[in-house]
Amino acid sequence: MQLPILVEKFQQKDIIAFEALYNMYGKSIHGVIYNIVRDYAAADDILQDVFVKVWNNSSNYSTEKGRFFTWLLTIARKAALDKIHSKTINPSEHNLNKQCFADIIETNEFLNTENDGLDIKVFVSKLANSCIDVIELIYFKGYNQKETSESLDMPISTIKTRNRNCMMQLRLMLNI
Amino acid sequence: MDIKEYIDSGILELYVAGSLSDKENQEVHELMLKHPDIEREVLKIETTLLQLAAASSPSESKHVFKTVKEHIMLDNKNSKTNSYVNKKSKINWFNYSGWIASILFAVGLLWLGYENRQLTSEKNQLSNEINQLKTKISTNESDKKFLELEIEKVNTNLKESKELISILRDRHIIAVPLAGQAISLNAYAKIYWDKSTKTIYLDAQGLPEPPEGKVYQLWSLTLEPLTSKSLGTLNDFDSVTNKIFTLKNANASQAFGITLEPEGGSITPTLDQLYTLGIV
Repeated sequence: MQLPILVEKFQQKDIIAFEALYNMYGKSIHGVIYNIVRDYAAADDILQDVFVKVWNNSSNYSTEKGRFFTWLLTIARKAALDKIHSKTINPSEHNLNKQCFADIIETNEFLNTENDGLDIKVFVSKLANSCIDVIELIYFKGYNQKETSESLDMPISTIKTRNRNCMMQLRLMLNI
Repeated sequence: MDIKEYIDSGILELYVAGSLSDKENQEVHELMLKHPDIEREVLKIETTLLQLAAASSPSESKHVFKTVKEHIMLDNKNSKTNSYVNKKSKINWFNYSGWIASILFAVGLLWLGYENRQLTSEKNQLSNEINQLKTKISTNESDKKFLELEIEKVNTNLKESKELISILRDRHIIAVPLAGQAISLNAYAKIYWDKSTKTIYLDAQGLPEPPEGKVYQLWSLTLEPLTSKSLGTLNDFDSVTNKIFTLKNANASQAFGITLEPEGGSITPTLDQLYTLGIV
């Protein structure tokens, strides 16, 4: 089923289309949320809240605004960050600063049982730290170019190309 | 406008990340509509990110959709009058049947695409081989014959795939997804049950390769009281490339299960080796 048709059906409150979209994106959104909150139960709760919210606000999305996945991503990151700031869960701040998506992937036992899981483990371990930092901030934390440049102490002009080069390295390895 | 330069600038990566302004998003969207290269690039970036983010998910999250659905239904009930709900449920059911047909159709199309691509590349390979032979040996009748036979085989495969698609497209067919069980949570299978011909097409792509000396066995189950009837074993699992098995089923099945059994199958299912299960 083509994505635009699925999205259109979903906006007409078609639950089957919604489930199809969940199956396409749910796991990735869960990964982004977990990376922020680092708590299994909280991640499940937030994932649930995000998709209920997405259903209730389906009319807010339009293709001119961006990719459907990007829309989900933005809502999910915000919900996860809100949760962290509300302090209903209390991850050790110290750890949080040092952890990033690559640590999860490295220790993710789930991946050992999947066909391409081990591949992605190897690929991510081959990425330079500078790449992991940029990808973490831009995709997983939702930083803009300015915030990323300040956080990594890099000139703003290099963020965009650095990020592109890092993603290209991954794509090369993943054969995408 | 230099498209390559635009792509290389890295703006599309930021587009997928959601870090552009509304105005920039709109611009990228318009360019995507105009230039397929840009759209293709965006899709590739999105696919990469989807894989990366999914790999960062350390636990199963499929079950969450169930609670999402419960919430949605509850909200719906609370905010709408009964008559509306009734009307709504009828419409939903109607949508549902349409969807089964569409999903089957989509599966069929994907299948056709996949098979076609494979067959085309096989054909290309064969024609290359033929060319090579022509230059090396001007006349080698037996090799030629062999290649002709191969081509014929490829054409038969294509015909078989087309037949399979026409079966899957039939809207009267019942689709039953079988979900992974405790022994193998990631396993899955799908059954397409044509009651009129009492035939089952089992898509077993999602099952792991059975170990030496073992074989998968498909069971038709009726609930209350729980009874099981063997529908047969999935023989030569690793040599069936498309993993579609055709089996007969004249039972009034209420559920289907797949267990791992010793070669030759068993009379009753070994329940602690239950791989997948699905209710009709």
